[in-house]
Amino acid sequence: MSDIRLTINGMEVVAPSGSTILEAATLAGIEIPRLCYDKDLSPLGACRLCVVEVQGNRLLPASCVTPINEGMIVETESEAVVEARRTILELLIANHPLDCMTCDKLGDCKLADYCYKYGVSDTPFYGDQHFYDIDDSNPFIIRDMNKCILCGACVRACEEMTGQDNLSYLGRGFDRKATTASDVDYIDSECVFCGQCVAVCPTGALTEKTMHGKARRWEIDRVRTTCPFCGTGCNFDLAVKDGKVIGVLSNPEAPTNGRSLCIKGRFAWDFIYNEKRLTTPLIKKDGKFEEASWDEAFALIATKFNEIKEKYGPESFAALSSARCTNEENYLVQKFTRAYMGNNNVDHCART
Amino acid sequence: MAEELRVVLRNAGKIDPLKIEDYLAAGGYKSLEKAKTMSRPDLIAEVKASGLRGRGGAGFNAGQKWSFSYGVDSDVKFVVCNADEGEPGTYKDRIIMEQDPQTLLEGMAICGYAIGSTKGYIYCRGEYPYVVEILNTAIEQAKAKGVLGDFDIEVRMGAGAYVCGEESALIESIEGSRGEPRFKPPFPPVVGLWGKPTIVNNVETFAAIPAIIEKGAAWYAGIGAPKYPGTKVLTFTGDVAKKGFVEVPTNLTIREVIDQFAGGVADGKKLKAVQIGGTSGGFIPESLLDTPIDFDSMGAIGATLGSGAVFVMDETRDIVDIIDRITKFFAHESCGKCTPCREGTHRMHEILTRINEGEGFEDDLDTAAKLGKVMSRACLCGLGQAAPAPVLTTLEHFKADYLAKIG
Repeated sequence: MSDIRLTINGMEVVAPSGSTILEAATLAGIEIPRLCYDKDLSPLGACRLCVVEVQGNRLLPASCVTPINEGMIVETESEAVVEARRTILELLIANHPLDCMTCDKLGDCKLADYCYKYGVSDTPFYGDQHFYDIDDSNPFIIRDMNKCILCGACVRACEEMTGQDNLSYLGRGFDRKATTASDVDYIDSECVFCGQCVAVCPTGALTEKTMHGKARRWEIDRVRTTCPFCGTGCNFDLAVKDGKVIGVLSNPEAPTNGRSLCIKGRFAWDFIYNEKRLTTPLIKKDGKFEEASWDEAFALIATKFNEIKEKYGPESFAALSSARCTNEENYLVQKFTRAYMGNNNVDHCART
Repeated sequence: MAEELRVVLRNAGKIDPLKIEDYLAAGGYKSLEKAKTMSRPDLIAEVKASGLRGRGGAGFNAGQKWSFSYGVDSDVKFVVCNADEGEPGTYKDRIIMEQDPQTLLEGMAICGYAIGSTKGYIYCRGEYPYVVEILNTAIEQAKAKGVLGDFDIEVRMGAGAYVCGEESALIESIEGSRGEPRFKPPFPPVVGLWGKPTIVNNVETFAAIPAIIEKGAAWYAGIGAPKYPGTKVLTFTGDVAKKGFVEVPTNLTIREVIDQFAGGVADGKKLKAVQIGGTSGGFIPESLLDTPIDFDSMGAIGATLGSGAVFVMDETRDIVDIIDRITKFFAHESCGKCTPCREGTHRMHEILTRINEGEGFEDDLDTAAKLGKVMSRACLCGLGQAAPAPVLTTLEHFKADYLAKIG
C-alpha cells in the first residue's frame, strides 16, 4: 500500500493510502474528538463531532469516514470546526438530563469529556426534551435512553460483535430512538444480555446495573483477568472498589475476545459474595456435616485418597471441578489428578 | 420576449403517453439505436460534451458521472432514476412521466448501454401511485416491442419520506432498509445499489438524453447558459397569475420567467420574495430578480436552481410565518441519523415558532444564524445542509420582518 502525504494542522503527515483523515491524524498524534466512531465497529459518520476543515471543500467532512488524498490540507481545530463541535455539543446537552452529579458514567463519558474540552457548560437551545421511561427490566443493564446521543454504537455492536441484531432505529428526526423491535424493554426482546452495547456506549445511556451507585469511574481499580466460565479464554477487567469486585468491564486489548463477552463473563460473577458459599471445611460425622479446621480436612482427604488409590488403582479416581473456582484452582485440580492420582479423569462444568 | 423551448417535454401533449406507437412515430428509440452504434466511451464523451448537468438539484455533469461507473470493473451495474419528487412545489418529473414516459425509459436505456448495465430502477414518489401505473404500462409496452433490448426496468415506490430523494437514502430504500443517507465517498457511481456501481439521475436528466443523442452535444451545449446549458422545466406555485409549468433555456432571468411565463404576481400585487428549487431553496428578494436562473448564477446569490420549483410570495405574505412552516417541514423530514440535522432542525423550528408567535428575542436570531451556518457545513447529507437556507437567506434579506415580530 502506497503512502499519502498530507498536511494536518500545518504538520506534514504521511499515512497509508486508504486511511481516513481521523486515522492519519491519530498516526500523527493528533486527537480528533469523536462520538460515533469506534475502531471495532463499522463506520457511521453520523455524530459529526469529528468534522474537520479541508481546504477547497465547502463542507466540513467527518474525518472518520473521509479518505485522505495526496496534498490534502486539513485543519482539525479551526474556528469553523470548533464552532461546529461546540454547536453539536450544545444541541446534544439541550436534550440530555445533565444529572452528571449522580451519573455512574461520569469519568468515562465522552459527552462530558468533550463538553469539558470545548467549555460547553450551557446551551442556547431549549424546548422539547425526551422523557423516556428508564428500562430497568432486567438484572444486568440499565437503559436510560434520555442519555442516548444516537451514536448507534449499541446498534452496530449488537449486529456486528454479537450477531444478535436485536437493536435498530425507530422514529425519525428528533424522535429517532436506538431501541429494540417495537421498542419493548430488553427483557421482552431478543436480547441475550452479553452487554456489548454497554461496553461501547460512550455515555450513561447503557450502564451495568451491578455497578449502579457503587463507584465513580475514577474510583474503580481495573484488575485484568481471564474468564473461568469456558475454554475460550476471554479476558476482561474486574472492576474493583475498596477491594471488592463490583462488576466486569471489557478490556479492549483482550487478545481472544476484544470487548466481546457473554452474559456469564460479563454479569455472572456475583457468586463471589454469595452468602451461601462455604468458608470453612465441613466433615461429615455421624451423618451430619460439622465444621473442621483446614489441617483436619486436608489430613482426611489425603488419607482417603491414598486408600482409594491403593485399594482400587488410579483409574478409580476422577475429578470434576467448577467454573466458579479460579483458573489457578482449576489448574491445580488437573495437575493433582494427573500427577498424583495418576489418571486423566478430569472434567469441568464448562467444558466448551 | 423570451420563448419556451421544449426539449424534455418535446412530445408532451402531442402523443398519447400510453401508446408506445405514438412515441415510435415521433422518432422514439432512434436515439437508443444510434447510441448503440457508438462505442461506450464515445457515447459518454458525447453526453459529457453536451454539458448536461443533473436536473435534480446537485448540478453534476451527467456524462462525467456516467464515466465513473463505466470505469469500474464490475459484473453488475445499475441505472436508477430518481423520481421521488418530494420538493414541495415541484411537479416537473410528474409532468414528464405522465406525458412522455417512454423518453425517460429510453434515456435510462442509453445510460445502461453507456455504463454496461442491464438493470434499471425507477424510484417513484409514493404520492404518485397513478404515475407508477403509467410507468408500468410504458415498460410493458417497451418490453413487448423489444425496444429496450436486454435492459430491464423495474418501478419501486417510495413511502413518503422526503429524505429518500437524496440518492444514497433512495438506494437504501430500494435495498429495503430505512431511508437514510450514507456517508460519501464512496459515491454511488462507484459503490451504489447493493454495493455495485450505480448511476442515479433525475427524471428530467434522463429525459434530456434522447434529444441530446439525436441532435448532438453541440446543439444542446449551445442552448441557454454556457456553464449550465440546455433547458429547465420550471413549476410555478404561490402568488403567480398563472400556475403551471414551462420549459425554458437556462439563461433567462428570474424576472423574465415570472413575468413572461407565470403572468407576474397575481392580482397586480408587488413581489415580496421568490423561493426557487423547492423548500430547501434560498429566498430571493425583488432586488435580485435579474439574476439568471442557471445553477451557478443562482449559487452566486446564495440561492439554488434546485428542482426548478418557483414559489412566489406577494407583498402581503408573512415571511416569518412561512419560514416557521418550512422549519417544521424539515424537522419532520429529518431522518435523525446525524446530530446537527436531527437536533438542529427541531431546535430551528422551536426558535422560529417562538419568534413567529411573538415570544422571540433578538438573541434567537443570532442563535438561528449560527445553527444554520453549522448545519449547512456539518450535516451528513444534502437535506440537513440545505435545510437552513430559507432561514439564512431570509435573515439576510428580510431581517426587518423578524425584528418586527420581536418588537
